Amino acid sequence: MTATLGARPAPGRGRARARHRLAVLGFMAPAIIGFVLFFGYPLVATVVFSFTKYDLINAPEFNGLDNYTFMFKDPLLIKAITNTLWFVVVLTIARTVFALGVASVIARLKSGVGLIRTLCYLPSLAPPVAATLVFFMVLRPNGGPVDSILGWFGVDSPLWFSDPAWAKPGITAIMLWISGDLMIIILAAILDVPQEQYEAAELDGAGPIRRWWHVTLPTISPVLLFGIVNSVILALQLFTQAVVAGSAGSGAADATGSTKYLGYPDNSTLTFPVYLYTQGFRYFDMGYAAAMATVLFIISFAVTIVLVQRMRKNSSAEEGGPGA
Amino acid sequence: MTATLAKPPADIAWEPEQPRRKRNVGGFLNWVATHALGLALGLMFATPVVFVFLTAVMSDDQAFTADLWPREWHWENFVEVFDKAPLFQYLVNSLTYSLLATAGMLISSIPAAYALAKLQWRGRNVAFILVIGAMMLPPQVVAVPLYDTWSSLGLTGTLWPLIVPYFLFDAFSIFLLRQFMLTIPQSYVDAARVDGCSEFQALVRIIVPMAKPGIAATALFCFLFTWNDYFGPLLYTGEVKDQWTLSLALATFKGMHIVQWNSSMAVTFLTMIPAVVLFVFAQKSFVKGITFTGVKG
Repeated sequence: MTATLGARPAPGRGRARARHRLAVLGFMAPAIIGFVLFFGYPLVATVVFSFTKYDLINAPEFNGLDNYTFMFKDPLLIKAITNTLWFVVVLTIARTVFALGVASVIARLKSGVGLIRTLCYLPSLAPPVAATLVFFMVLRPNGGPVDSILGWFGVDSPLWFSDPAWAKPGITAIMLWISGDLMIIILAAILDVPQEQYEAAELDGAGPIRRWWHVTLPTISPVLLFGIVNSVILALQLFTQAVVAGSAGSGAADATGSTKYLGYPDNSTLTFPVYLYTQGFRYFDMGYAAAMATVLFIISFAVTIVLVQRMRKNSSAEEGGPGA
Repeated sequence: MTATLAKPPADIAWEPEQPRRKRNVGGFLNWVATHALGLALGLMFATPVVFVFLTAVMSDDQAFTADLWPREWHWENFVEVFDKAPLFQYLVNSLTYSLLATAGMLISSIPAAYALAKLQWRGRNVAFILVIGAMMLPPQVVAVPLYDTWSSLGLTGTLWPLIVPYFLFDAFSIFLLRQFMLTIPQSYVDAARVDGCSEFQALVRIIVPMAKPGIAATALFCFLFTWNDYFGPLLYTGEVKDQWTLSLALATFKGMHIVQWNSSMAVTFLTMIPAVVLFVFAQKSFVKGITFTGVKG
């Protein structure tokens, strides 16, 4: 391409260059405007708002570091951070290991692959609100299907979304049920492992488990890293499942107007984004919410850097240069 | 003596056979175990929805009991829920949001993805990193100033704050389309240029037809993401009931009809149907698209 352009006489080249620049600008214009309006400006504004007291009605009032110092004295925020950290650790490990396990089983199937892959993937397309209600119904302690089945074995069902100790594991179960997208990604990576590597390992006398451990795992490790980063991001953003599980568990009549259900039971489902939402859009303490948003931004920024670096390494390995 | 004579042929005849039979038996058991495990996993994923369906068709009284199987099949439950809440209105709102957002995304993201995948320009890598950054950003981070702006424009309480951004910038779609377009050989684009095509013509005549599967997958994901969205509609239309989407209404329906498991499960079941239908018709696009988000990253 550059060769064809280079062969042209200078004036044509200049005009072609200008046209090329105009084309790039034209193609990127909506994206640039959109990025500035919906990411650039609000990111800056969030940081600015975080140093103010603002209730959406009266003009923002500068209050220095008050919002940030208040964070250290806010027991609910500590609770929210603890809850979100719980999900970052447990959900990330559980989701990655679970998706890897299911994908490894599907990869070994010889018949019925299509059907089982579809069954495992479909729940991930369900609306998160619906998925949460599905689990709320299936796990309900008084006469729910899981309760009945556990009853046959004489086991008492936990109270799940009504018990502070079981609400977060319940939400984790929902997240595993809808982790089909990660399964498909890992499955594709497993099926991409060159067959010769397995044959070489087999010649060395490695059984299926050792082949999985020494060949499959190392080869797909970039995809597993993607799964981990992706799960961390998911855990940091956890909102819908927590709000819906909380409102369904508390039996709140109005899932949008009331704040009582948020975090139910006993603030065990009060994640960081849920608390941010409560402060900003229920109590209209926009300044405090902006301060929390700034903290969330810094954390997700750090996680994103890990992902971008991994992608750069990948693309330069795949296409022989950072340009591609 | 006879034994020593008889043994060698036996060795030849049996030795190679022995391990093969052993391996066949082992292989068969392995096959059974793997497939039993696979089937169990498939059932594990499917059962919750089966229970939801069975509950949805139970009578009001039975849905309250511990029964797993309906005594009578009340198909009319799926119709009656439309009287209990203005589901049709919510459906129209959901379709408005999802269809307009998807249309807007296609208009804005295809050219941007093309510029990021196939054109050489300074700052392209930085631009792509910004796209990834935007994709990874939790929506709650930018919610405060955006709500503030939309509210000063008087547009909170409508679906516009959710739809308009898609006509300008949708990070995930740009990312996914770019990944697809990277797989189209550069020589096609170059050939179009040599033939005197402008960049716009090259995009419309060469790239778009070749990227059709990728565009279809991106459109499907965009449609489903907006259809499933809860935070956006809650933030902007939470107070205005007649603007609710199905997802938002569903969260409330459970609250309003807490005792009527059959009704709330009927609505839950209905909201899951579009995803299944889309998947059945476009299974390949889904699998391809989902793979592209991770592996080719």
